[in-house]
Amino acid sequence: MIRILSAVKVSRKISPEPYWYVLPALLLLFVFLLYPTIYTFYLSFFDPDSSSFVGLKNYIYLLTHKEISLVFRNNLLWLTLFTVTAVGMGLFLAVLSDRLRYEPIIKAIIFIPMAISFTAAAVIWRFMYLYRPEGFPQTGLVNAFWVSLGGTPVAWLVNLDVNNFALIAAAVWMWTGFGMIVISAGLKGIPREVLEAARVEGAGEWQLFWHIIQPMLRPILIVVALSLTINALKIFDLVYVMTFGNHDTDVIANRMFKEMFIFANLGRASAIAVILLLFVIPLMVMNIRRFRQGESK
Amino acid sequence: MTRLRKISRTPLHLTVLSICLLWLLPTLGLLVSSFRPGHAIATSGWWMAFKAPFQFTLENYQEVLLQEGLGRSFLNSLAIAIPSTVLTLSVAALAAYGFAWMNFPGRQVLFGIVVSLLIIPLQMTLIPVLKLFTALNLTGTFPAVWLAHTSYGLPFAIFMLHGFFTNLPRDLFESAFLDGASRWTAFLHILLPLSVPSLAALAIFQFLWVWNDLLVALVYLGGSRKVAPMTLTISNLVSSFGSEWHLLTAAGFLSMVLPLILFFALQQYFVKGILAGALKG
Repeated sequence: MIRILSAVKVSRKISPEPYWYVLPALLLLFVFLLYPTIYTFYLSFFDPDSSSFVGLKNYIYLLTHKEISLVFRNNLLWLTLFTVTAVGMGLFLAVLSDRLRYEPIIKAIIFIPMAISFTAAAVIWRFMYLYRPEGFPQTGLVNAFWVSLGGTPVAWLVNLDVNNFALIAAAVWMWTGFGMIVISAGLKGIPREVLEAARVEGAGEWQLFWHIIQPMLRPILIVVALSLTINALKIFDLVYVMTFGNHDTDVIANRMFKEMFIFANLGRASAIAVILLLFVIPLMVMNIRRFRQGESK
Repeated sequence: MTRLRKISRTPLHLTVLSICLLWLLPTLGLLVSSFRPGHAIATSGWWMAFKAPFQFTLENYQEVLLQEGLGRSFLNSLAIAIPSTVLTLSVAALAAYGFAWMNFPGRQVLFGIVVSLLIIPLQMTLIPVLKLFTALNLTGTFPAVWLAHTSYGLPFAIFMLHGFFTNLPRDLFESAFLDGASRWTAFLHILLPLSVPSLAALAIFQFLWVWNDLLVALVYLGGSRKVAPMTLTISNLVSSFGSEWHLLTAAGFLSMVLPLILFFALQQYFVKGILAGALKG
């Protein structure tokens, strides 16, 4: 009997059938992800047209050139300011609307921008930031509001003091809904009795938030923050359509596009991609780990 | 007491409602402007549209659809997004089924590789894949973007479906196999029907991902207007007609119509898909 069973097992193991199920996926992944990744890594040590080996020259250029350090500075600004603001707004809205009966409507309104493309959002926000010289009626909402407060019109996407913030604000508008929905789902997981008990004990709403809600939400806040940070590192479309990285607003992904198609420097473009990968890896690993932990619960 | 509570809640309502208004205004501005004649948009803010003279028109949409080729782009977006979604879902469902319910040498290692590919930003693949498409004469064609989008979507799709498939009850499959069902029958008649909600969430996520994509289209489709999806056409409109706001607003809104319909009609799956998709990043 045992022999028959093990024979069945063996014959099952040898059967090639399971491979037919996974083969199409593996084939596509190899051709379009795995092999290109290795090849890009290889190309990053070559000159613009990939003909001669240049060692670390592309990396040294990227790490020392002034224009590129500006690109890194912008991404750093993105990943701190965008992440903190979007998580903060999401948390604020989730906690407030949790107390309201019309919460689903609020969620829908804040979440709508998640459905549209970065390209459409870029058009929307270019329109919001429209600038016309002083004395003309302002047709952009932001400037109209600013002028009505007594300010002089600002070219939000050109002015070096504000343009990066203007871009980040547009991204926050898009992604706050994501944070809000995830955090709100986490809030629902906090037992009502715990909150009621604390209220009976005389805890104020602020104490409740700081000592109960905030610690219990921390794992979820970290997942949201990680996802947003990864997005901030890879941000492309919004910058490409709104400013094309002009006026000191360039970011890593857009710079790579420029190296590829405008400067035709495949070596540098590849090196930028590798640097992006190196930044993303630790964040993605943390995110996948946390996601798997959450799943096994 | 209750009255006092009501009064103290007024600031809460006011704060939340004004934030909601703030969130709606940008989109509302686009929508209103898309129905205003060009000269009106250029000389007064969109909020003035609600004062006399009330000037509204459908000409912007006519012009952008017929002359600027956005009608064509709308169909191109569909022709890119639908096959990409169907392909991703089929290939991923087969693979996830294999990894979840079959035993074969190398299973763990191969699945580990698939999951680890989640890490790769698609920027890492652009140059070699573009070279490959150029060599195969595929740049500027739909199959190129189908293949690229499907492959880029696979790690996440397999990961998500694998998580769902492994949580299905074991006895369902065992009794089916005891009854002599083949793996393929079990896939079609047990697994797929039970997975409809997950597949729907994934389908919506992937469809929107492709529909809203600009980078993949930009790199692999190049400048060809014949195959350009809406995002690409709009991005070109921005660089060539950056101040023709009657065209840009109408074009922008047209590209949002389908995602918005999906959002309102299938909100539940939609949110589920987006949340799970946080991992795709």
